[in-house]
Amino acid sequence: MRDAVEIPVLRQGSVLIATLRPAVPDVDLVRLRTALVEEVVRMRSRGVIVDVTAIDVMDSFASRTLQELAQMIRLRGAETVIVGIQPDVAFAMVQLGLRMEDVATALDLEEGMAYLNRKFQTSG
Amino acid sequence: MLQTDGDRPDPLPHSRREAAHFAEPTLLLRELVAHLRQNRTQLREEWARRITEAKLLTAMSDEEVFAEATAVYDNYVEALETGTFEALQAYARNLSERIIPRRVETHEVVGIVLLLRDVLARSLFAKYQADFSKLDRILDAYEPAANRIANTVAVGFVQERERVIRQQQEAIRELSTPVLQVRERLLILPIIGLIDPQRARQLTEQLLRGIRSNRAKVVVIDITGVAAMDATVANHLVQTVEASRLLGATVIVTGLSPEIAQTIVKIGVDLGKMSTVGDLQGGIEQAERLLGYKVVPIEQRP
Repeated sequence: MRDAVEIPVLRQGSVLIATLRPAVPDVDLVRLRTALVEEVVRMRSRGVIVDVTAIDVMDSFASRTLQELAQMIRLRGAETVIVGIQPDVAFAMVQLGLRMEDVATALDLEEGMAYLNRKFQTSG
Repeated sequence: MLQTDGDRPDPLPHSRREAAHFAEPTLLLRELVAHLRQNRTQLREEWARRITEAKLLTAMSDEEVFAEATAVYDNYVEALETGTFEALQAYARNLSERIIPRRVETHEVVGIVLLLRDVLARSLFAKYQADFSKLDRILDAYEPAANRIANTVAVGFVQERERVIRQQQEAIRELSTPVLQVRERLLILPIIGLIDPQRARQLTEQLLRGIRSNRAKVVVIDITGVAAMDATVANHLVQTVEASRLLGATVIVTGLSPEIAQTIVKIGVDLGKMSTVGDLQGGIEQAERLLGYKVVPIEQRP
């Protein structure tokens, strides 16, 4: 199953980390979403981090896919954080009305990890 | 090319220009340039004297005026000789760069070039007064080139001035939106004065960069100094808050004046997702709570 995914998924403790490459094709994003939704329970993970540092253009498809990913992961009982959105990308996104509401965001991988760890502590 | 004086008692400008096209302008120009070279010292002094008389370039000392006059004179003659204006253009730009900070005005620069034009023309009159038809042809060759030189210098000066003005505007704009770190991971952005869409955009960009470079988690935007806000700017503020959130930072807006509060509610901008606190102090306190700081007076410490 993992072989089909172009985007590597790493496991760090109870967190799955996916790092997007620049100009990632839509089809790979969808595959990533499918794979993460499956893996998250199989790996008994409690959190998912998607690192978009390398992404310099976030279109509506990508942002919707990530938003759906977060909602699906929540239904599977885990938390999602999108990390590393670049300033220019963030500015362009809000101008296009891509707000990714209800999706947790953090500055970078480290911050994303810290966010998830706080979440894990409060939820016990 | 023989023209009798009787035919042209009052030469019209257009016939002159025509003549310049068909006459032997290069030959005449060469003669002209030789004349200007020969009389360099005297004409230069005459020009410098006229500049002082006309009370131009008062910001500069006589020596400086004379030095610049020499340089302009040589460049002027060279432009006449070669018909290329690049060197003169470069010199005009360089000169402008030096004299603009000394508050030399446009009319002074245009004035000195026109004076030089006049001084040289007079010297040509003096030299060729015996031969009117030759003087006429010499002027045909001289005038277009002299006009173009005057134009080049004036345009160069104005362009340089505009460049300086643009640069200063940029500097003022940058100064007007400081992003300041008050504590680890806490930024404040005090906004003072009018916000137009361009400034709002620049403000957002600077804030987002600031969040990234300072690794900020909380930002307090203080708009106490903003007198009025329209729908465009209010929406921009909302966008700033949302973009900051995408970078993982929380924004607190403080100092909304009663007028702005009324405007925002009346125009129906959705500020529901924006957290607001009355004043800057309250905003910073709230931000410290979010970051897990607690400020305690020294004497109460255990």
